[in-house]
Amino acid sequence: MQNRIGPWRHALSRLLQALALVTGTFLAASALAASASAGTLIVQSTTSTRNSGLYDHILPAFEKDTGIKVKVVAVGTGQALKNAARCDGDVLVVHARPDEEAFVAKGYGIRRHPLMHNDFVIVGPKDDPADVRHARSAAEALTRIARTRAPFVSRGDESGTHKKEKALWKAAGIDPTAASGSWYREAGAGMGATLNMAAGMGAYTLSDRGTWLAFNNRGDLALLFSGDPALYNPYGLIIVNPAHCPNVNLKDAQAFRDWLLSEKGQKLIAAYRVNGEQLFFPDALPQKDGEAEKKDK
Amino acid sequence: MAASFYRDLAEIVALSLEVSLGAVALAALLAIPLGAVLALGRFWGRGALVLLVNAAMGLPPVVVGLGLYLLFSRAGPLGPLGLLYTPTAMIIAQTILVIPIIASFTRETIEGLAAEYGDMLAVLRAGFGQRLATLLAEARPALLTAILAGLGRALSEVGAVMIVGGNIAHYTRVMTTAITLETSKGNLALAMALGGILLALALGLNLAVGLFRERMRERAHA
Amino acid sequence: MPDRVIPLRPASLDRKGTDAPICRLTGVSLERGGRRLLDRIDMTIPQGRISVLLGPNGAGKSLTLRLIAGLETPSEGTVALAPGLGTDDVGLVLQRPVFLRRSVHANLAHALAIAGIARRERLGRIAELLVRADLAHAAAQPARALSGGEQQRLAIVRALALGPRLLLLDEPTSSLDPRATRAVETLIREIHAEGTTILLVTHDVAQARRLAERVIFLADGQVCESGPAKTFFEKPRSRAAAAYLEGRLPARPGNASDP
Repeated sequence: MQNRIGPWRHALSRLLQALALVTGTFLAASALAASASAGTLIVQSTTSTRNSGLYDHILPAFEKDTGIKVKVVAVGTGQALKNAARCDGDVLVVHARPDEEAFVAKGYGIRRHPLMHNDFVIVGPKDDPADVRHARSAAEALTRIARTRAPFVSRGDESGTHKKEKALWKAAGIDPTAASGSWYREAGAGMGATLNMAAGMGAYTLSDRGTWLAFNNRGDLALLFSGDPALYNPYGLIIVNPAHCPNVNLKDAQAFRDWLLSEKGQKLIAAYRVNGEQLFFPDALPQKDGEAEKKDK
Repeated sequence: MAASFYRDLAEIVALSLEVSLGAVALAALLAIPLGAVLALGRFWGRGALVLLVNAAMGLPPVVVGLGLYLLFSRAGPLGPLGLLYTPTAMIIAQTILVIPIIASFTRETIEGLAAEYGDMLAVLRAGFGQRLATLLAEARPALLTAILAGLGRALSEVGAVMIVGGNIAHYTRVMTTAITLETSKGNLALAMALGGILLALALGLNLAVGLFRERMRERAHA
Repeated sequence: MPDRVIPLRPASLDRKGTDAPICRLTGVSLERGGRRLLDRIDMTIPQGRISVLLGPNGAGKSLTLRLIAGLETPSEGTVALAPGLGTDDVGLVLQRPVFLRRSVHANLAHALAIAGIARRERLGRIAELLVRADLAHAAAQPARALSGGEQQRLAIVRALALGPRLLLLDEPTSSLDPRATRAVETLIREIHAEGTTILLVTHDVAQARRLAERVIFLADGQVCESGPAKTFFEKPRSRAAAAYLEGRLPARPGNASDP
């Protein structure tokens, strides 16, 4: 008979008030997210380029020149290629040339552009128990490590560096995975995490020079071997094929490619230094830069 | 250099708070009614659902992240929404992680209170809505604790936001992914400092909620 | 604050009691876990009277109250209220009343809100109820911090907030000292005087003598006898009741039925 209004209205309205406040913030955040998706470019990249600090060095100039906002997702090369194949990105900057060419051949990417290169280096404990220092080739260096059963940390994550490492073992005629778990340790981690592990356990590992130079927790690690042409590490740039992924931000991707391959972009790459050392050597400049060709040792 | 560092830091802290508070608010909105229904409802499959929600408290963040990645990927079923690598995706991921915690806690609390107040409410001839409102109101201090636990999970979680957010600088980089990044760069001191800030943040939030809860208790007897 | 007790409701016409039943239990049994806790109970609660449900511990007195209040459903038999009445018209005060972790005032406000009393009317009603319970001084105190007698009085006026026609009281003074007991009994008499039918459970014979107009004697889940209080106390017909009144054996389980 009587209208049964309870205290629940009161309690509920209080609860709703509190929640509305926070939910409002959330909605504002998503609105912001939605508006930001216009004029932005997603670059699927390797951790090595990101960790080295290269993007922090060149992207502000690019964004200033073009007004295009670049979002870099840094994962291993293998995952970057897979993400891009699922259309989760507009541009790839990776370093596993055979896989990059396969990516283009499958129609996922338009074309591979040589962007820049650096090289891989073998790092390990300063006292160098496997005497990698005096190896004459990368293959020999790995053979020495295997022979002395000195601990070696592998990325183990199908990244560009991991693929290169596997190719080097193959060239040395060694199957290190047979020793997996003993002296051969597969980290399944990014370059930085792998370097941390190597530093922690006094192990050898293969690193790209850029990450190594920018790495700040070297501990007892030292650069022990480099310079073999087999350690060449080229980076390619690929725009995801709009025929495969209609969502691709083609216009901005092309602007990004053109800018990076232009003289300005290439010189900026060459100018990036950590502790006075050049990390990346441009590959798209018409004339070779003498200084850039300087090999270490 | 220093100024831009602090600006970046403030940005990361702000995004962490925005994502995690947003996720916890959303989760509370969904999980408190869910927990209450699980506590008071008598329906087929309730036992299994309770078990499922309890088990989901141990849901690994990376699995949630991966699932959402497949869902939000442009090639995935929800690809057209364009949510991948956005703060919104991160909020959704953390919401999923927090819901089981708040729901379980709510169910447990409401069940206990229902046993305590069941006869009283029956004698007062309270309807289902009035019963629910009374129990929820009495449960407020405990629910705040549940929300805090959820916030702790959201703020500390890295696996899910890393995958669905992508750790993009100035856009989806939060405290935990920044710590992971700095660790991988070998900047252990900076990573540790970030960890300290995260801890201080969690401490501050707990303190604030704790004080609020005390005031609530006092008011309850005013 | 009013300085005199205002009746919550105009006294009903049948102030002296009409003996027309307000509630009738017919063949009511209740089983739990294979145990028969109540066994084919027949009883009538006359309107406008104070009836006392008397009997030893474990006789099923509290269960009977819960059945009448609609908190339990009988396994067999029917619980019928007078025409026009529903369980909303039955108030029940539990032996150990439960209050919200709030103030005395807030507990009454909560009950009134559930009863659907408009917000603007609540303050006046609360003041009225507090005076009736002699708790005006304790309005701001946490309800759970009240003494036993105060808690019983608060529980009783909270039940009144719903405007019951039949008020069921489950051993309201079982753990109180004589003074607190008297205060509660006074409150019960006042409520009865305003026309509310009372059914009081007690195992205290002296209290039954003081309050009862009618007595129903329950032992081991069965009604042994019922009738006017005077007759019951002077000439109990059942052996169990006579023994109980003399303070001898409580009825033994399984041997309670008397000729």
